[in-house]
Amino acid sequence: MTDVGRHPKIKLHTLSEVVDVKGYVGNFKVKLLKKARYVAENDCTGCGECAKVCPVVRPDEFNLGLSSRRAIYSPFPQAVPAAYMVNIHECLGHNPSVCSKCVDACEKKCINFHMSDEEIIEEVGTIIVATGSTPFDPREMDEYGYTRFENVLTSIEFERLVNAGGPSQGALIRPGDRITPKSVGFIQCVGSRSSNKGGEYCSNVCCMNTIKSTLVIKEHFPDVDVKVFYIDIRAFGKGFEELYRRSRRLGVQYIRGLPGNVEELGNKSLKVAVEDSASHQVKFHELDMLVLAVGIKPTRSNHKLQEMLGLQLTPDGFFLEAHPKLQPVDAATRGIYFAGCAEGPKDIKESVTQGSAASGRAIRLMHKGEITTEPITSEIVEERCKSCGKCAEVCPYNAITVDVKRKTPAVVNSAACAGCGTCAAECPFDAIVMNHFTDGQIIGQVDAMLENAPESKILVFACNWCSYAGADYAGVSRLQYPANVRLIRTMCSGRVDEKFIWEGFEKGAPVVLVSGCHFGDCHYIDANRWTEKRVLKVQKKMEKLGIRPERLQLKWISAAEGAIFADFMQKMEELRQTVSAGEIRDTVRILKNPRREKGDKD
Amino acid sequence: MEAINTLSTPVDGKKTPKIGVYVCHCGLNIAQTVDCAKVARNALELSGVLMAKDIGYACSEPGQNEIRQDIAENGLDRVVIASCSPRLHEPTFRKMMEAAGLNPFMLEMANLREQCSWVHMHEPDAATDKAFDLVKMAVSRAQRLAPLFPETMPLTKRTLVIGGGVAGIQAALDLADSGYEVVLVEKSPSIGGIMARLDKTFPTMDCSI
Repeated sequence: MTDVGRHPKIKLHTLSEVVDVKGYVGNFKVKLLKKARYVAENDCTGCGECAKVCPVVRPDEFNLGLSSRRAIYSPFPQAVPAAYMVNIHECLGHNPSVCSKCVDACEKKCINFHMSDEEIIEEVGTIIVATGSTPFDPREMDEYGYTRFENVLTSIEFERLVNAGGPSQGALIRPGDRITPKSVGFIQCVGSRSSNKGGEYCSNVCCMNTIKSTLVIKEHFPDVDVKVFYIDIRAFGKGFEELYRRSRRLGVQYIRGLPGNVEELGNKSLKVAVEDSASHQVKFHELDMLVLAVGIKPTRSNHKLQEMLGLQLTPDGFFLEAHPKLQPVDAATRGIYFAGCAEGPKDIKESVTQGSAASGRAIRLMHKGEITTEPITSEIVEERCKSCGKCAEVCPYNAITVDVKRKTPAVVNSAACAGCGTCAAECPFDAIVMNHFTDGQIIGQVDAMLENAPESKILVFACNWCSYAGADYAGVSRLQYPANVRLIRTMCSGRVDEKFIWEGFEKGAPVVLVSGCHFGDCHYIDANRWTEKRVLKVQKKMEKLGIRPERLQLKWISAAEGAIFADFMQKMEELRQTVSAGEIRDTVRILKNPRREKGDKD
Repeated sequence: MEAINTLSTPVDGKKTPKIGVYVCHCGLNIAQTVDCAKVARNALELSGVLMAKDIGYACSEPGQNEIRQDIAENGLDRVVIASCSPRLHEPTFRKMMEAAGLNPFMLEMANLREQCSWVHMHEPDAATDKAFDLVKMAVSRAQRLAPLFPETMPLTKRTLVIGGGVAGIQAALDLADSGYEVVLVEKSPSIGGIMARLDKTFPTMDCSI
């Protein structure tokens, strides 16, 4: 920590938050809001004379309220920066000055009530998101009585309690009556692995953290009775199992079963009812202190950051990496990386590993001093652009800017464009060319495919990353499906323009399938949401025109779903067989009717 | 097996494309189901195709050399390779194009293995028809390909690390020690995050700060 404070290459902004991000890989412009500290950061020596005279006493956040601090304070002894700060909302006031005792006490004259919040602009080439996590708030699980019973603590509170630098200098005491407990219970999976409360996922660290805490107790207070209530103990890391065995050897009792109910007794101890799932008996345990092993929740500010940086979150609220196995620290947006619990619950070792990995990935991108952009990007045909702003609306990367008011043509930032082609598919004026997947190229493929015997063929549009890869996987697995299937590859299903589908039907295709990644798996953040909207829109139009809408199908198929791909091709063939030659003739006639064009645009 | 097409016609009013089509046997992977020679013969009739042939292993060193030689001798300006999935060998053949002095984006692949011979193993005729269709689609696309060039852009050699917990600290130090400037942003008054609250940590039971 102190290395960071001292490092000449690191500029540290505390009390600061990112409020805006502009630009793209290699050239981000980041706006920070730095809140006023009211103490000159570089001049303060941390002597603490100011805090001694401050009359305002408040609960200390660092110790979770188990001790107190003043309105002017240092967050904790080893804090970096070491400078004190004023909580201006707690300070008795300085305008007019009603107290200002701290100002008088400070010999170096570091305290300045006129400081104000600052806006800072930083230019950077890469961004590492390491926003961490937040502990689960167990008040949601009222059955454990947290905050109702004073001797029910969270694992983090317990952590501070037994910390040598903590409020009790490491003495194991109950916060209410300062009595050393004779028995301590731990409840596992509080806010984890539950579909009712907290998260469904495993929070990764709580088992080992509890095992560690039991060892801390047993090493210092061998006579304390320790019980752990659990679902199963996940001690999967290097050296973990050994620690677990040591804990059992020292006499910690591990009881398989989570308490259903906790009651407070007269002496403020707790009576815990647990069904021991090994013996199927409900047993009662009296414990002097109960520790809730709280799970890890995503940071609330993730949503704001996700919007600013164009990132994705998993349904749990953690950041989604570009690939769960092969690109575990990259964001789908180039130049952005994840480290630590921002991406999912992690212990210290994993967080450090990922921090190093993220820096390695960032260096890999930056070391050349310039970046090469992928040429498969979209381009605006300025003469046709009506500045409607649709392209900018659909772009998942905010790579297109349009001044709708001034009616200037759209501009594509080719460094930020990832090449999904959604803009070209959505442009109502054909004013966007998607390089390497142009309208002409794709329609050329459709026409070539349907030149002979179109009625016998199945036209499939497949995105490169999921569905086309799924079809490849069917091949690798030698899964057989009808031979009349023909695939046209696009980078993203978002590229599949309405007119490609109409072209297919007009050239006599009996059925058309649009396939892409599942929601959340889209390699272009959420471009496939537009695919879905578009397909639904075309199906509605088909219905209006008197064409059976089910002849156009939409199916999400992942790269691993070869079997699903093969099965669905069979279904497409069954569907194709329901389309008669007469039906195709009618469709072609309807679509060739020149009046359709008008209806097509609404 | 090999022939030169003299009937190619211009597309989009531009110069007549000179496409070379290579139908790969992939040993027997493709050839045992698809009649590769027939596909190549038929491909020669397609507009814009200057030459078409079947080839044992297009991706192999001799295979690539043969294609490169054809490009040089016949002035081919675009190539269709009908072989395995582009997800496997598109990068290989793009490099080959570059080595032959052509723009790598003037290449198109038809997927005759993963999406044809391997999935229609018991229907050689239908698979051969499909293979021809896939080649035809690829040729149609190849006619309309345009050269593309990557751009290079300047870059700021500086990293923003959002969050000063243990992960952010590690990332910032690694970058800074490698000579890169780092801006570390932390919303609370001190860095350290959750780890600063811990004393002993598993599995080593030592101090965390």
